[in-house]
Amino acid sequence: MALFATCLTDTFFPSTARAVVRLLERLGCSVDFPLEQTCCGQMHFNTGYRDHARPLARKYTDVFMGYDHVVAPSGSCAGMVREVHPTLGTSPPRTFELAEFLVDVLGVTDVGAWFPHRVTYHPTCHSLRMLGVGDKPLALLRAVKGLDLVELPDATHCCGFGGTFAVKNAETSTAMLADKMRCVLDTGAEVLSAGDNSCLMHIGGGLSRLRTGVRPVHLAEILASTEEDPWRATP
Amino acid sequence: MARNPVTWLGSPTFPKAARVALNDTQLRQNLRKATGTIRGRRAAAVAEMDDWEQLRVAGEQVKDDVLARLDTLLVQLEESVTARGGTVHWARDAEEANRIVLDLCRAENATEVVKVKSMATAEIGLNEALEAGGVHAVETDLAELIVQLGDDRPSHILVPAIHRNRAEIREIFQRRMGVEVSDEPADLAEAARTYLREKFLTTKVAISGANFAVADSGSIVVLESEGNGRMCLTLPDTLITVMGIEKLVPTWQDLEVFLQLLPRSSTAERMNPYTSVWTGVTPGDGPQRFHLVLIDNGRTATLQDSVGRQALRCIRCSACLNVCPVYERTGGQSYGSVYPGPIGAILTPQLVGDMHDPQAASLPFASSLCGACFEVCPVRIDIPSVLTHLRAEVVEAKGRTAESVAMAAAAWVFGSASRYEKAQKAGALARFLARDGRITSLPWPGSKWTSSRDVPAPPAQSFRAWWKENRCQK
Ligand code: SF4
Repeated sequence: MALFATCLTDTFFPSTARAVVRLLERLGCSVDFPLEQTCCGQMHFNTGYRDHARPLARKYTDVFMGYDHVVAPSGSCAGMVREVHPTLGTSPPRTFELAEFLVDVLGVTDVGAWFPHRVTYHPTCHSLRMLGVGDKPLALLRAVKGLDLVELPDATHCCGFGGTFAVKNAETSTAMLADKMRCVLDTGAEVLSAGDNSCLMHIGGGLSRLRTGVRPVHLAEILASTEEDPWRATP
Repeated sequence: MARNPVTWLGSPTFPKAARVALNDTQLRQNLRKATGTIRGRRAAAVAEMDDWEQLRVAGEQVKDDVLARLDTLLVQLEESVTARGGTVHWARDAEEANRIVLDLCRAENATEVVKVKSMATAEIGLNEALEAGGVHAVETDLAELIVQLGDDRPSHILVPAIHRNRAEIREIFQRRMGVEVSDEPADLAEAARTYLREKFLTTKVAISGANFAVADSGSIVVLESEGNGRMCLTLPDTLITVMGIEKLVPTWQDLEVFLQLLPRSSTAERMNPYTSVWTGVTPGDGPQRFHLVLIDNGRTATLQDSVGRQALRCIRCSACLNVCPVYERTGGQSYGSVYPGPIGAILTPQLVGDMHDPQAASLPFASSLCGACFEVCPVRIDIPSVLTHLRAEVVEAKGRTAESVAMAAAAWVFGSASRYEKAQKAGALARFLARDGRITSLPWPGSKWTSSRDVPAPPAQSFRAWWKENRCQK
């Protein structure tokens, strides 16, 4: 199988991609990272630059063609590949969001993780509605030893990221973010988890600006954490 | 030709209009309360049905069939309406439709008409056109009346005064009706009832919209909750119905699907309180003259677009508005059109038909693409897909901009792994902007992000660099 790190995770959140590798190898997978990969083209497509997205979709197919499975630590990018690439004229290789891959393909919910923190989980819009990931991430989190999972109020509401929406309609995006942060803070959680670094970057950017002390942590990093090799905040 | 009144003259672009709305705390509170309540009720009403998904698919199919055979079905409708004693008028645009209705009112010597709430007449700006021609139109739907008396604009498809709370409504009624009322809903409703009763009994002409028109029988259907519509549809001598050409269903039996989909989606009711159906004229019973005005106003053009045309499936239930996180914060008036929210963001620019219009062109971007609208739409309009489709049209219409240059550059970088890697390394220099692992201020356009959000400092080593160092045997 191959890892599609996504451009955002590769560049800004390498610890997430390293966690995916650690986790999947622990579960017996042999993980490859084809170095020719770049970006799935979502930013271009969603902003109206379809002609720029098309070659990126083609590139994605070329790079990952030979693999049985492709796993991405992003519901949004997996959704782009699975739902949108076919409309751009490519037939993408079998691509999964991480939680889907673990539960549906590997058939595990208890990945042997240990994460002794109070955590709340935000189901990102594209995981929820484009991919229909459902409760799989929650099932995975519930099986994590030591983890205190608290329910996020209005969990299914969008955090207001929406790619370039966050700058084109910055004020509206911020208003949505404010409500999401209020819900996160209401839970008293120390960690906010999600399956998409893009949304985490948005909510986390707000949480950090206000010095709330709540830390965004990608689901992969929680699942990769064990008693022998526990998660540590990267500086 | 006059500007198509689908959008309100002088409306600013969405981001500008939204900025004003976002600062209105009363509006934010009113909207949050109202949409929150109806969201919950709709979800419960829909959960009662175990065949909801099949119904949605059926609704989608009937409407797609209608759009595919619209020309022949419209001719069939005209024939069946005429056969039952009605008269059919065709209007290409708003101006033509308004003139037809004004002429019909004048033929009856009417100076005042009663109206059932109607999106189509709001779309063409009928009230204003009638007023200019010396005919005063009285809205009889409670929420519509509140908007009319408040010299305000509607902010919701179903509940045009959703942005107002009880105290504000009381103030409007006292000022315009000259009565003393409390802000109790029952009192407010009673005041409106007294005000309207006189109008119903003295007015000879009524104007309605239509939720559905049945092609094979020529029947027109209006769904409403208050019974005021029922009064307009039965008491006056002359009834003028104005409807968009897409509001058709082929047969009487097709209504079955929509009479289940619409009430649960819009008001979370199992069944609609008042469903009125009329077919032509019946001697001695109800209005004795019936006119049906069919308006195009950008619809035929919309029909040409294979992706965008699905917006014409819309049955105006407003479910998409009630779940939209953008609508909930900005309210309907920010969209600058009678069609706000997600459906407005895709329908309005298509009806306007000009992607060079900055206001219309800003609407497809007024969404985070979260997909909540698609999830609830009873006729399965894939609103997010239409949004990205229309964004592409806007980008094309705009041509070369700072954004398009930046996007082309980004695409070029992403086009090759080695270019991408070099860009990553250059980008990592942004670490110098960071303090304590975060960047709090970026130059424009990044400043739009950092106005409210930090950016994580890019790490010194990207994942691919780590992989090369640790996993690639050289
Ligand atoms: S687009 Fe769908 S959900 Fe929105 S008003 Fe129309 S029918 Fe209802």
